[in-house]
Amino acid sequence: MARPKIPRKSTTVDMTAMCDVAFLLLSFFILTTKPKPSTAVPIDTPSSVAAKKAPEKDLVMISLNKDGKAFLSTGDGKEDKENKQAIIEAVNTNKNLGLSPAEINALRLQPFLGSALPMLKQQARMTNDQLTAESMNGIPIKDTLNNEMVEWMKAVVQVYSSLGRKPNILLKGDNVAKFPGFKNILSALKKNDLLKFQMVTNPEAVPSGSPLYVGLKDGSIKPADQ
Amino acid sequence: MAEMDTSSGGGHKKGPGVKKGKKMSTRVDLTPMVDLGFLLITFFIFTTTMSKPTALKLNLPADTKDPNQQNKLNEKSALTVLLGKDNTVYYYEGDLAPNATNFKSTNFKEIRNEIIQKKNATDTTFMVIIKPNDESTYKNVVDLLDEMKITNTGRYALVDITPLEDNLIRLTEGEPALPTPAPAAGKK
Repeated sequence: MARPKIPRKSTTVDMTAMCDVAFLLLSFFILTTKPKPSTAVPIDTPSSVAAKKAPEKDLVMISLNKDGKAFLSTGDGKEDKENKQAIIEAVNTNKNLGLSPAEINALRLQPFLGSALPMLKQQARMTNDQLTAESMNGIPIKDTLNNEMVEWMKAVVQVYSSLGRKPNILLKGDNVAKFPGFKNILSALKKNDLLKFQMVTNPEAVPSGSPLYVGLKDGSIKPADQ
Repeated sequence: MAEMDTSSGGGHKKGPGVKKGKKMSTRVDLTPMVDLGFLLITFFIFTTTMSKPTALKLNLPADTKDPNQQNKLNEKSALTVLLGKDNTVYYYEGDLAPNATNFKSTNFKEIRNEIIQKKNATDTTFMVIIKPNDESTYKNVVDLLDEMKITNTGRYALVDITPLEDNLIRLTEGEPALPTPAPAAGKK
């Protein structure tokens, strides 16, 4: 009997390696992901097979929430915020709203524009906590004669044409928003010759066997065209 | 917590003879730290969006009053898709027959096959006309525009519904028809 006694081994495992992995993954996730943007207007977007990423620069976003209320917002970048101020100033001059520079600045800092033009003064006094989809009435679009989105889009065109750039118009609609709201936004865009725009959707897989699927496989459709 | 005390330095024990406390082990039990790490990972996974939103392009036709500038539509090669309430889809090929015999009802699952069939049966002038009525939702419209992408239909248009078609949908859904001239005047 050479070695009858098996040395008792400890059951504790060295956790250092696992700890390393955990924190490596943690740092990876923190660095690669962006926190969900805190949206004051919650919107469930429909899904589409479109593969193009939504633009983030020169952004003008029209949101249509589930109650059919329309809101206007811009991107979070510094330039976009300046453009937002210019848009508000343009509407202010066009419609003689009499907003003071302080009020315009307050509106610029707010996450979205969501009230009728005469009510903008009141919106400027609200805090971000008070600004919710429920408390705001949205930009009036329901009445075709008083479609204020037309005014806003006119200002957008003014601001961006003076910059010599094209705005990226994004439409973010809720699944259950009724079609007339969408139609009225479209007519507001049309009236200002903004004929190209994009709709925010969730990505979705291309159904196998469909013409798009076949086209993407044999290369006759380029993914960028989607 | 009690577990932590007993296990610390456990890896360093040599045997019963080694006295505890004489030489303090420098090893720290990392289990709680691993726990914390994974907890934070789960937190970040759940609070962040991995898939960025995509954008579906739509180009609108310019409104033109001049009939010469307007795109002529070959009625034979057109498929008109109407969207009603509660995700119902109606369609007809070519012109709407006077007695509406070619007006058919379907759903979002079947419409793709209909579009593909019609597309394969016609030449390159094939065009889809999308007419949502006031009861349809934004999702319905986007879904149908998405079908255009999926079926690789290049020519499609979003057009206002006519009162006649709106009434056909209403009749199919068992609702009283609107007085025909009124919606035409009010909605245009």
